[in-house]
This record gives sequence, C-alpha cells and structure tokens, in this order.
Amino acid sequence: MADKTVINRRDFIKTATAAGAGLVIGFHLPFRNRLQAASVGLQSSFAPNAWIIVRPDNQVIFKVTKSEMGQGVWTSLPMIIAEEMDLDWSTIKVEQALESDGTGGSRSIRGLWKPLRKAGAKAKDMLLEAAAQEWQVEKNECVAENGMIKHKPTGKKFKYGDLAIAASKLPVPDKVSLKNPSDFKIIGTDALRTDTPLKINGRAQFAMDVNLDGMVYAFVVRCPIFGGTFKSMDTRKAMAINGALDIFEVSNGVAVVGSTTWAALQARKALDITWDKGTTADLNSDSIAEFLRKQGRKRAAKGRNDGNPKRALKNAKTVVEAVYQVPFQAHATMEPMNCVVDVQPDRCRLWAPTQSPGDARKQAAKITGLPKDKVEVNVTFLGGGFGRRAFNDFIGDALEVSYRMKKPVKLIWMREDDMRHDYYRPASRHIMAGGLSSDGKLEVWTHRVVAPSILFGQMFKYPVPLKDKLDIVALEGAKNIAYAIPNIRVEYKSANTAVPVGWWRSVYDSQNAYANECFIDELAESAGQDPLQFRLTYLADSPRDTQVLKMAAKKVNWGEKLSAGRFQGLACHASFKSHVAQVAEVSVNNRGMIQVHRVVCTIDCGQVVNPSIVRSQIESAIVYGLSAALKGKITIENGGVVQGNFHEFEVLRFHEMPKIEVYIVKSDEHPGGVGEPGLPPIAPAVANAVFAATGKRIRKLPIKAEDLKS
Amino acid sequence: MPNFTLYINGEKRQINVDSSTPVLWVLRDELKLTGTKYGCGRGLCGACTVHINGEATRSCITAVDTVNGEEITTIEGLQQGDIFHPVQKAWMAEDVPQCGYCQSGQIMTAAALLARKPDPADEDIDAAMKMNICRCGTYQRIRKAVHHAAGEIKRG
Repeated sequence: MADKTVINRRDFIKTATAAGAGLVIGFHLPFRNRLQAASVGLQSSFAPNAWIIVRPDNQVIFKVTKSEMGQGVWTSLPMIIAEEMDLDWSTIKVEQALESDGTGGSRSIRGLWKPLRKAGAKAKDMLLEAAAQEWQVEKNECVAENGMIKHKPTGKKFKYGDLAIAASKLPVPDKVSLKNPSDFKIIGTDALRTDTPLKINGRAQFAMDVNLDGMVYAFVVRCPIFGGTFKSMDTRKAMAINGALDIFEVSNGVAVVGSTTWAALQARKALDITWDKGTTADLNSDSIAEFLRKQGRKRAAKGRNDGNPKRALKNAKTVVEAVYQVPFQAHATMEPMNCVVDVQPDRCRLWAPTQSPGDARKQAAKITGLPKDKVEVNVTFLGGGFGRRAFNDFIGDALEVSYRMKKPVKLIWMREDDMRHDYYRPASRHIMAGGLSSDGKLEVWTHRVVAPSILFGQMFKYPVPLKDKLDIVALEGAKNIAYAIPNIRVEYKSANTAVPVGWWRSVYDSQNAYANECFIDELAESAGQDPLQFRLTYLADSPRDTQVLKMAAKKVNWGEKLSAGRFQGLACHASFKSHVAQVAEVSVNNRGMIQVHRVVCTIDCGQVVNPSIVRSQIESAIVYGLSAALKGKITIENGGVVQGNFHEFEVLRFHEMPKIEVYIVKSDEHPGGVGEPGLPPIAPAVANAVFAATGKRIRKLPIKAEDLKS
Repeated sequence: MPNFTLYINGEKRQINVDSSTPVLWVLRDELKLTGTKYGCGRGLCGACTVHINGEATRSCITAVDTVNGEEITTIEGLQQGDIFHPVQKAWMAEDVPQCGYCQSGQIMTAAALLARKPDPADEDIDAAMKMNICRCGTYQRIRKAVHHAAGEIKRG
C-alpha cells in the first residue's frame, strides 16, 4: 500500500492506493490531543481514524469515527463531507470506523465541521484534477456535481468512481476553498437518518446482539455497597444449576459464567456471597444531604469575582437568598451495560457500546498483556449513551472473564446492576444570594456550588480528597452566566462521597442552570418585574441569548392570557456553544399533580447541518430533563443505591409527553453542540411555571406532588 | 431438558431449554433472533415486546413452557419478505428512531394496537404506548408515526 502524506499545522490528510481500493481519504480527527493522534497515524501504513472511500464501482463509503448513540452522527457527519465533495447523497454508504474516537461533550459536529469540510473539498479537488488530466483540459473548465465531474464546454462526464484510481495517485492539495453556505445543497436539509432503516426491523447491531462460536454468558455481581469488597462465597447451589460453568472473583466483584444467559442468571440467583462492607456502609441520602450542607458552610474556592459582591450585598436594599438541591440521577440507558469480548493468545477482539474506545483498548492491553495493536475495538451502535458509556467498567468485566475462561464471552449487566452501579449525576446544593437596589436593579449575584467533583472525585475509583481545589467543570453554567451584573461571585466547594459520579447529559450545566434560572425568577419577583423583561435587561450584552429568549416569548405570546388552569414559566441557558430558551406550559391539580402540556424551545446552535436531527435532539433532551425534573431520583441507603428498576426509578412515559415545538435560529456561526444544550433549561422552566400556578418556589428536584398539595 | 415447539415468524422451531426460560432468551440465545431486546427483565419497559398469537407480550417475563405450541412474531417477522409493515414504513417516513434500542418493542406494540384498532384515537395510543419506555424521547415522533401508519392502513 503506497501512502502519500501531507501534514500541515492545522490538520492531517492522507491518501492511500491499494489494488482496487480507489480514492481513499483519511484524516485525523483527534478528540483531545491532536499531536498524539497524528503521530499514532504516521507510523501505521494506513489506519487513519476517519475516512471516505470512493470505489471504482462508484460505491462511496463514509466511515464514522464517533459513536452513534442516537444523536445522529451516522447522518450529520457524512452530510458535511458529502456537501463539500458534491457527492450524490443517495449513494453514500455509512459504516462505523474500526478506530473510533471518543464521543461526548456535544462535540462531534462542532469539532469535525472544519476538518470534514476541508477533507471533502480536497477530495473533490483531486477528482477535478484527475478529470482534467484525463480529458487534457484546464481544471477550471470542470465542475463537480452530484457525484460527477462535468467538462462544461463539451458536456462530457465522469462518475467519481471512474476517477477514483487516477485521483488517488495525485498529491493532496495544500489549500482549497470551501463552499459558501448559500451554495449548500445537503447541509441544512432534513435528510433522513442513515441508521433508521436498520432500526425498524431488528437489523441494527448492538454489542449484545453479537454472537461468536463457543461463546459463554456472564454476569458480574458487584457489592451492593460502594467501597465494599468481596469476602467469601458459597458456590455449591449456584454450580448445581444446569448450565452453570464457573464462578470466580474478578476486580469488580464475582463473575458467574453460564452456557446461556438464563443459566448464568439462575446460577447468579443461587449464589451466596458475603461482602466486606468497608467503611461507607452507613452512608444514606440524609447523611449525604447533611454533608453537603456542612461543606456549604466551609470556605469555598473562588471561580469568579467581579466587583465587590460582599459590599454590594451589604448595601443592597433587598437581599434574596435561596438554596436549591438536586439529587443523584442515573443514566438508565435503555440498553444496559454489556460487552462481547474474545481474548485469544495472540489477539483480542471487543464489541463494545462505548463512548471511549481508546480507553477500552488500553484496558484490554493491560488485562490481557497483549500489545495495543493486537486489540480490535468494534464500536457497535449504542443503546443510549448520555455520558454513561464514557466509563468502561463493563468492558473490564468482560475482558477479565474472557481472559480467564479462554473463551468468547457475552457479558450483560442486569437492569439492577446498571441502575445500582452507575456513575451518577452528582447530587448538588446551590447557595444563592442576590441584591436589588431601591429601584429594583440587580446589583449583585452570588452562587456557591456544593457538589461531588467528577474530575477530582472517584471518576477513576473512590474518593480522592480535594482540598479546596477549584473544579472548573463543576462551575460550568454557573461561572459563565450570561447576565451582566456589576458584582458577581461564583464559588465551588467539593463534597465527594463514596457514590461514583460521572458525566450525565449536559453535566453540571443541568444543576447550575436549574439554580440560576429559578433564582433569577425569584429576583424578578422581588424586583416586581416580569421574568422575561427582567432577564432581557441583564442580557443586553448577549445578543444570541436575547434573540432566543425573545423568539420563545413571541412564539407563546408571553404575558397574554392563557386558557384556564394553564401557567407558563421560562428559562434560558447557553451551553456547549449553543443558546437555548424554553417556555413550559403546565397545569397543577389540587392533589399537586403536574402536567406539562407544551414546551416551546428556541435554539441558536450556529450553522445547522440537519434541522430534523436538531429537533429530535431537543425533544430528546427535554424528555430526559423532564424525567429528572418530575420523575425519578437515586437515593442511597446502607451505603448503596435503593432503586433497581423502572418501577422504582420512574422515567417519563408516552402519555406524559408534552407537545414540543422547536424553533431554530438561522445562523452562519460555527456550529454549536446539540445533544446536550436542550436539557438545562427544562427543569427551571417547569419549576417557574409551577410557581406561577401554585405560588410555591421549587427548590428541590424532582418536583413531587406531596410538596405542592394545596 | 424439556422440548418445546414454537411457531416463530411462521416457522416451526423445536427448542430444548429449561422450562422456566423466558421467551426473550430463547429468541436471543437459542434462535439468534436479536432484534428483540433485553431492557429490564421485569415487564416494565417494553423493549422485549413480541406478538404471541397476535397480542403484544413482554417476552422477558413469559416463560417458554406457557407458550408451547403458540405462534410468536418478532420484529424480524413483521415484514413480509421485502414488504415492510405499515408501521415500519411510517417509522421510516417520520424518521422515528434515535439510539434505536427500544424501537423493536415500540414497533411491535404499535403494530398490535393497529391490528386491534386500525384508527386509534390519541387516548388509545397513550394507553398502548405508555407500556414502552424510550429514554431518547422519541415519543412525539412515535405518535405521528402511529397516526401515519393508521392512515396508510385505512387507504389499504
């Protein structure tokens, strides 16, 4: 295989020719460390981690380097390259790249927007050059159109496939010009998702659907207490189950292996394990709340200090104070954690629903002792991610079992394992104060975030003491509030417990926006002003937030009379480089039952690749956020999680779905994130609507009927 | 181990499994029909929904010995050859799925509803579909797709 490589400062692009392969364009799209990823690519013959292949038979294949977990990367990413390449969209075939990148932080489109466009434009330029050489004409007499190069003066045409081999022998151009957005034909359209046809008849392959010859089935039983460890077990009854194959200790607990899922499950039920409860067996939700309360009184780390907040609070005519509390939340992806692994003496193959394939490879190399290049990580479709699958604990389980059994293993977490051994959204406490002048002007805003730290906590296991270190991630959405207030102080106080915490769709923006947007409503009320006008006053320097807020207000005729029993609340929040406003319309009956009837959402996410996917992501984020605002929470008793399944951890169901309307601001700005920004405003919008309905401020989530009964 | 006869997607299948084995694991492990999904194992989420004698049934809590000799349709058997079921067509037209994991169950529940009630009101759709959880929040598109499919069935 002959390679040509061009590296410049900004990106890395490469072509390869292999017998019959055609034009293959690869380009490195590193998730975090650009240099590291580029150097990995250089030493391999041709294993770039994203590429498009134009085959001589006119088949065009796009390899997706991000995990498809519902957010639409199997559609939006190829749309970007197809646009710049002037591909015939209907002929493009999408596959998962073998070497996928990490996926998260609503980063896929905003990170790949430029690299994909450039790669597409370069590929097109090479096809144009190849055609010009073939016809012996000037390149500028040729145009690309819908998968073909046309010679304008004569009308002669080549399909891209006809030029694939010739183009692959050309140097990669250094500089190309990108399309003017007004010329976009694919970007900006509601192109149907490329994965939908696979997802309507059971053909879509999730990791759990992978079957290998000689495969065994396994569960790993974890200690129900965080921090507890294995002590001893009686396996006699379990091993007597028909089909039980083996039971042994692994890093995260005890593995039960069977010849079928059901056999392994029956053996698991019959297994008697004694755990060493460790030092945190008395942990419970009340003690955690008390711990957060105590931590909140201690000295906190400064995240932002504008003006002199202390003096401003002292001088304020009216001081408003409030404390908001948010519980732990599980991800509860529909597909529980699972993984199929085949460890062999000379290689290891994984099929994993992961957001972090690079880490999976590392784990595999470590557990098996194989070099990393002998590990193959196949990222399957993910049955929901929401941040949970950035953590690969389930992959370690499968690797250890397959390594020990010397057999391919399908490892499945029961729903109860999944719910009780998650990396939860951190519980948090938000201590807010605001001061108004005698003429109702907001002079000062303080926000102390008290929460376990994901970054400095036990993301990598159990609590690491964090001595007043500032976790900047925990202040996302708190430190950078859009409101222009002369005196602002934002602080963080860590409150790590034994409960594992992790990225949960929109991360700390979800809790911080809830506190911000409820509190600004409280301040507006104290100032005797309309919540919309009050917000707009302090958003004067934030045109994009102002625009989405005004647009949402207009769509619902904010301030006009609603039908009897209906009340509205609003919220706005910018996160992941997108700006969102939402208005929720609710009713509350005399038993305190809340119904959300309608949510209007406006979003400015810059240039939109696929509006239909943007709308579905907003609907998705609202439903996910409503579940956390109105339905389930994770509570701790005796050192572990109480809830095990959907009867205890309730989520929004079909009949509770509000009518959601999404309006997208037309914009040429660089694309912003879409998977997460729709979530943060929904809890405060609903809470503010519930206040409008009941006169009760909601300072604790989820909102429960018993707190609202009149 | 006892022997069971099931008629799955129109085919007679003989299975030797423990009699307490749920139909879900018979389909997935024995027959490699993996379109039917495990979600909760307790009949709470609907991801495992199949048709047993035409009725939407939670296969994760249906032991194989209770359905010996019965007809089971899974997501793989919903289409007739290359012809998609109207629900599948509607799902594609409305571009319903996101992650897709719950969608086999959603589609099977919707298909059973329409077989029973070809022109369902929103309340009928609520009553049927609230048995199926979707964490991606595709509910709004599902409602549109069920109406879409009903329209198609009506037109024939």
